[in-house]
Amino acid sequence: MITEPTSKYLSNTVQSIQPSGIRRFFDLASSMENVISLGVGEPDFVTPWNVIEASYHSLEQGYTAYTANAGLFELRKEISRYMKRRFGVTYSAEEEIVVTVGASQAIDLALRAVLNPGEEVIVVEPSFVSYAPTVTLAGGVPVPVNTYSEDDFKLQPEQIEAAITNKTKVIMLCSPNNPTGTVLSKGDLERIAEVVEKHDLLVISDEIYAELTYDEPYTSFPAVKNLRDRTILISGFSKAFAMTGWRLGFACGPKAILQAMLKIHQYTMMCAPTMAQHAALEALVNGQKDVVKMKESYRQRRSLVIHALEEMGLSCHVPGGAFYVFPSIKKTGLSSEEFAEQLLMKEQVAVVLGSVFGESGEGHVRCSYATSVQKLEEAMRRIDRFLQTL
Amino acid sequence: MNSTERELLQLIEKNGRLETTTIAKLMGISEEETKQILEKLEKEKVILGYSAIIDWTKGTEEGAVTAMIDVKVTPKRGVGFDKVAERIYRFPEVKAVYLMSGVYDLSVSIEGKTMAEVGRFVSEKLSTIDSVISTTTHFILKKYKHDGLVFSDNDEDKRIVVSP
Ligand SMILES: Cc1ncc(COP(=O)(O)O)c(C=O)c1O
Repeated sequence: MITEPTSKYLSNTVQSIQPSGIRRFFDLASSMENVISLGVGEPDFVTPWNVIEASYHSLEQGYTAYTANAGLFELRKEISRYMKRRFGVTYSAEEEIVVTVGASQAIDLALRAVLNPGEEVIVVEPSFVSYAPTVTLAGGVPVPVNTYSEDDFKLQPEQIEAAITNKTKVIMLCSPNNPTGTVLSKGDLERIAEVVEKHDLLVISDEIYAELTYDEPYTSFPAVKNLRDRTILISGFSKAFAMTGWRLGFACGPKAILQAMLKIHQYTMMCAPTMAQHAALEALVNGQKDVVKMKESYRQRRSLVIHALEEMGLSCHVPGGAFYVFPSIKKTGLSSEEFAEQLLMKEQVAVVLGSVFGESGEGHVRCSYATSVQKLEEAMRRIDRFLQTL
Repeated sequence: MNSTERELLQLIEKNGRLETTTIAKLMGISEEETKQILEKLEKEKVILGYSAIIDWTKGTEEGAVTAMIDVKVTPKRGVGFDKVAERIYRFPEVKAVYLMSGVYDLSVSIEGKTMAEVGRFVSEKLSTIDSVISTTTHFILKKYKHDGLVFSDNDEDKRIVVSP
């Protein structure tokens, strides 16, 4: 915690949240040489060239000014078409879509638009590191619900029931999940939907990895019957189109909520970067082939890594999406922090400790396979060697 | 060709040195099956060979010279383009021969140690072939991209070591 005299000026809220565990581990890992990193939560591809070109073109044409607050209308129309085409859900480009600065901002907007102080948000853990802190920053109270490897890290509807209080308003879902890679099937979603309806909850569904699923066709939460109008869908360009640095995402949902989100967005952000919006438009119109190619490559590497982990006896469920595996390291007797730290020190392989994703992540580490085959194979050899020394 | 064969070909097209075990793991099939597919595709001459793409300008003094030569040919009765092409592609210096549409007939790519050596090949061997009417030689000054590979060093991982 901050101890300088000026810390007295800080808000209680900001003081109540911890710096990200990823941050601390980043400092350690980046101080070392020759590290093979499996700790990277982003594609190892650069953005497809036609998309990059579209942003050059945007600048050459002199598009250096703000766009509409909700984003370029052309882009919103294309997002609307894309959502219909890929996931079978319909949103109006005029009123139900807002283009944001990454999915990250969309999550923040959604929470701020709906939460009153003290209202509770169910956060399914292990989860993306930002959920709980953004709930807190929005004045809400995150209520973690743990999931376990025995259930393939799938949320059981009874668990929601058990976590619900009279303050519960929102449940945050993420499928495919970061860090577990777990994908909720249509059946899983339908069972969750029943509880959501019964308790009149709102769902924030983070589907940023939706394009990166490998085994079954993807079901989007708002596509489940009756759920569209109680779901804020969060997505973006970072993962599927390899555009993390462009900071472009979007939210779709029922008009009243999206317009409320737009209000906050217009006063705090004005609009997302213009050249990135033009790039995103190109990505949606002509980018699907690249997405398929990148996805094919992730699928192959998933197979390689799962195989290697199996051979070295680290148990791991087969993740249906994203580019993470989340093996259990419990049999080593080490905590996930000890494991990650020792692996980094002894073999210069960086993985992310599972505990940063919530209590139920303890005993696991997150390995990203968005890395070259050559590096993955070397990393697996090193992890194997590390295990032998324990 | 089925989808497994295609997937395997795409993998080795990108990296011909992938071990059979790695290919098998990437594709989630057995090593035995991988070997069988490879053998079949080699036998059918779908896979013609395995070669490395090398930047000869790096670390070698001689630095190979590559030229593209546009060749105009008289298609003589009974000889045709195929026979002339064959006479040309049999020379070991010749790396590629294509029959082209347009203002010339054959595109011949050749490699030599020096420009003089390439010049000698053109004047002594290529242009003296009976059906060859004319040749235009273009020397390659710099290779930026070849067979889908970019000749530059600028491919380091620009991501930070750990990210959410
Ligand atoms: C589940 C999840 N949601 C959102 C994000 C943030 O995405 P963006 O780059 O669009 O802000 C990430 C990034 O790691 C993520 O894993």
